[in-house]
Amino acid sequence: MDLFLQQVINGIMVGSVYSLVALGLTIIYGILGVPNFAHGSLYMLGAYFSFLLVTAGGVNYWLAILISMAALTVIGMVIERIVFRPLVNAPHLNSFIAAIGLIYVIDNVALIVWGPDFKRFPPLYDQLYHFLGVTITLHRIIIVITAVVLIVLLELFIKKTTIGSAIEATAQDRVGARLSGINVTRVDMWTLGLGTSLAAAAGALIGPILLVYPAMGGAVTLKAFVIIILGGMGSIPGAILGGFLLGLIESIGGAYLTTNYHEVLAFGLLVTVLAIKPTGLFGKAH
Amino acid sequence: MLFQTMGLTKRFGGLTAVSDLSFGIEEGQIVSVIGPNGAGKSTVFNLVTGVHRPTAGRIELMGRPITGLKPYQVARQGVARTFQSTTVFGQDTVFENLVIGHRLRTGSGLFSALLVSGRERGDRKKSMAKAEELLSFLDLEHYRDEAAGNIPQEAQKRLSIGIALATEPKLLLLDEPTGGVNLEEDDSLIRIIQKIKASGVTICLIEHKMKMVMGISDRVVVLSYGSKIAEGDPQSVSRDKNVIEAYLGPGYAAKD
Amino acid sequence: MNTSPLRPGFLIPAAILLLAVVAPLLSENRYLHHLMIMACVWGIAATALNLVMGYAGQVNLAHGAFFGIGAYTSGLLMLKLGIGFWIALPLACLTAALFGLLIGMPSLRTKGAYFAIGTLCFNVIVTVIIDRWENLTEGQRGLLGIPPPSAIPLPFGLTVRFDNNMVATYYLFLIMLLLTLFVTRRIVVSLMGKDFRAVKGNEELAASIGINPFRTKLIAFVTSTFFAGLAGGLYASYIGFLSPDISDFHVTFEVLIQVMFGGIGTLAGPIIGATILPVISETLHALAAYRMVAYGVMLIVVIIFLPTGIMGGLKIVWTKCITRK
Repeated sequence: MDLFLQQVINGIMVGSVYSLVALGLTIIYGILGVPNFAHGSLYMLGAYFSFLLVTAGGVNYWLAILISMAALTVIGMVIERIVFRPLVNAPHLNSFIAAIGLIYVIDNVALIVWGPDFKRFPPLYDQLYHFLGVTITLHRIIIVITAVVLIVLLELFIKKTTIGSAIEATAQDRVGARLSGINVTRVDMWTLGLGTSLAAAAGALIGPILLVYPAMGGAVTLKAFVIIILGGMGSIPGAILGGFLLGLIESIGGAYLTTNYHEVLAFGLLVTVLAIKPTGLFGKAH
Repeated sequence: MLFQTMGLTKRFGGLTAVSDLSFGIEEGQIVSVIGPNGAGKSTVFNLVTGVHRPTAGRIELMGRPITGLKPYQVARQGVARTFQSTTVFGQDTVFENLVIGHRLRTGSGLFSALLVSGRERGDRKKSMAKAEELLSFLDLEHYRDEAAGNIPQEAQKRLSIGIALATEPKLLLLDEPTGGVNLEEDDSLIRIIQKIKASGVTICLIEHKMKMVMGISDRVVVLSYGSKIAEGDPQSVSRDKNVIEAYLGPGYAAKD
Repeated sequence: MNTSPLRPGFLIPAAILLLAVVAPLLSENRYLHHLMIMACVWGIAATALNLVMGYAGQVNLAHGAFFGIGAYTSGLLMLKLGIGFWIALPLACLTAALFGLLIGMPSLRTKGAYFAIGTLCFNVIVTVIIDRWENLTEGQRGLLGIPPPSAIPLPFGLTVRFDNNMVATYYLFLIMLLLTLFVTRRIVVSLMGKDFRAVKGNEELAASIGINPFRTKLIAFVTSTFFAGLAGGLYASYIGFLSPDISDFHVTFEVLIQVMFGGIGTLAGPIIGATILPVISETLHALAAYRMVAYGVMLIVVIIFLPTGIMGGLKIVWTKCITRK
């Protein structure tokens, strides 16, 4: 029972990070129609930036997260401008491949600049709490709370701001949005910035728990794709729910189905779901 | 009857798009399905061609059931269609579009391809002859080697009809054949539809331009909110009280 | 139409083929021979990916997995069961094609991004299984000592031997490449190839004229995996060593880049990409990370400015020359 509860709590923690990453990915897909394979690489950059700010810059952790998010917003916008915008009218395959090209560029620039070795954050909020036979560090609690706050903020941003409603309108009907005077090109740029900043936040939050290294984004990207396919590509609630669900499945499944294969549980799940329902669990026919 | 539907019904969730629709088409006729926007016309086509599965009801072609077949199987049974938004293979030339249209009348598969069998050569010759024939039938010769995506909208409309005709259908379904083209161009498309009828192909078309329907249809079926509200020859349908109400709103028919 | 044997569409490939046949005889340089052998292996893999992606329009991101399945099948059959190369190689192709069928059937019902991501996930699963199933695959230790192709007896007591004979190996691989190209060409110019094009162009329209989109895609997919298995099988017996990395999705991306760089949807493009890119990558071997950055930048630049790759560029130049005349 304790093991189970412990795994549930771990699952929620991992799931909240998954949700953030998947949320960014799904809004980018919803607006640009691009599966941004490089999303995990940007998450990795978020982790590195905050790591460097904290260790080399001596910056406060929370400030470091904010700066990383801001920096990645800009990087996301630049990527939209120079990589995805020229491909807006090209076949989808082309933006798939451009995104793969981005992985090569970002991951290897990180490798050149920071080297291949694993970086570890200095101890931050590592106080331990015990209850109901479960042990949890403060940082894990902070991750979950911060992720939830960010998710709520995103929701408010979309519902309450002009930029947000422009994004929502474009997601629903790009042509209609353009006809009603929304600058969809600018929406593309904002969306990539926004989605990328969420990936950065996720990287910065999880960084102190995991290790920071150039290839850390690969598996996360794939898992985020699993989540948004299961939750319906472009769907915000689907990404949030799917994120927590996958976190729980992995964490509980990993504890009980102690096989060598728990890290591919997510991918097996996806392949199985797609085999049964080709448009995903909550996906529409087209 | 060449074609008929019996009790055809389609529900999407709670919404009934087509409700208990029965109608038939005699061989060699032009039958139009009309109705206000949202009446369920395109859904009828999608049910007939297997894009959607009917919730209930039967569809028959020459007395054989074709209900629930997949789109490619329906095509092989002899039902060809065009789409509401003009649909051609934009990257291929006009000629290649017509060649591929004839594909279902040819049998060559992977192994004929690998062996370049006599069958493959014969099939290719046959398809090209069909394409040439359709080029002149549809007056598309001067666009022969142009990419289909680059020719004018009205010519693309004719080409999309040509692709469907290349399958040598018994029944041709035309989804708003004059949609999106201007009035003068309507005439050339109407002439083509009449030529197709003269060549012995049965036609069912969806339209909302009433004028055009009245001129060329043998019979008209009127849908409103998924149900058939009238059926008959164009003159009687155009005087029908229910039809006038459906198009112009209640009240108009009473004043008449 | 120009059908004379002197037209460029015939003359240029003929000249290149002649060069490919004569080249190993002009030089004793083993490194050159190695590069040419690898160009054949990647040429087969890239041609196979191009068939399903360039002609049938399905972005299969599990290509590396099928390459790996082919490589491990032939490697295991030869090492563990002592089966000869000439039996193991076709079995490798068939095994890859069988997996292609098993994976293609469910995954080809999905479209676009779903298909790409689904196949990518499958690729990861395959690599992890190869990595963990140590009883069978030796895991990270890898399969060591896979034998080269067994000798072919010739009349008059002569034999063609492949161990330590790079020129013979090269010719064998070249023949396999030509065979792959021949089959691919046959398919794409046939009526079957027109089905591929139609399904790539517009699945709904293709279905409305009686083409079975699912079956068409499945044929393209399984044929492609068959040749991916061939490339993997050849690779295994040439290199003699396999580790799980060889099925990794980086292999998928590598081959994808070769196809895009050379020119997707053309016969020559993948061969050009598969010849040039490995040379670049071997030359810059010490600068691995820089090379990858260059790859990434190149991929993005090519896809934005020359989406049809080198072949597309050559076509543009050629049309300009002709119209100037």
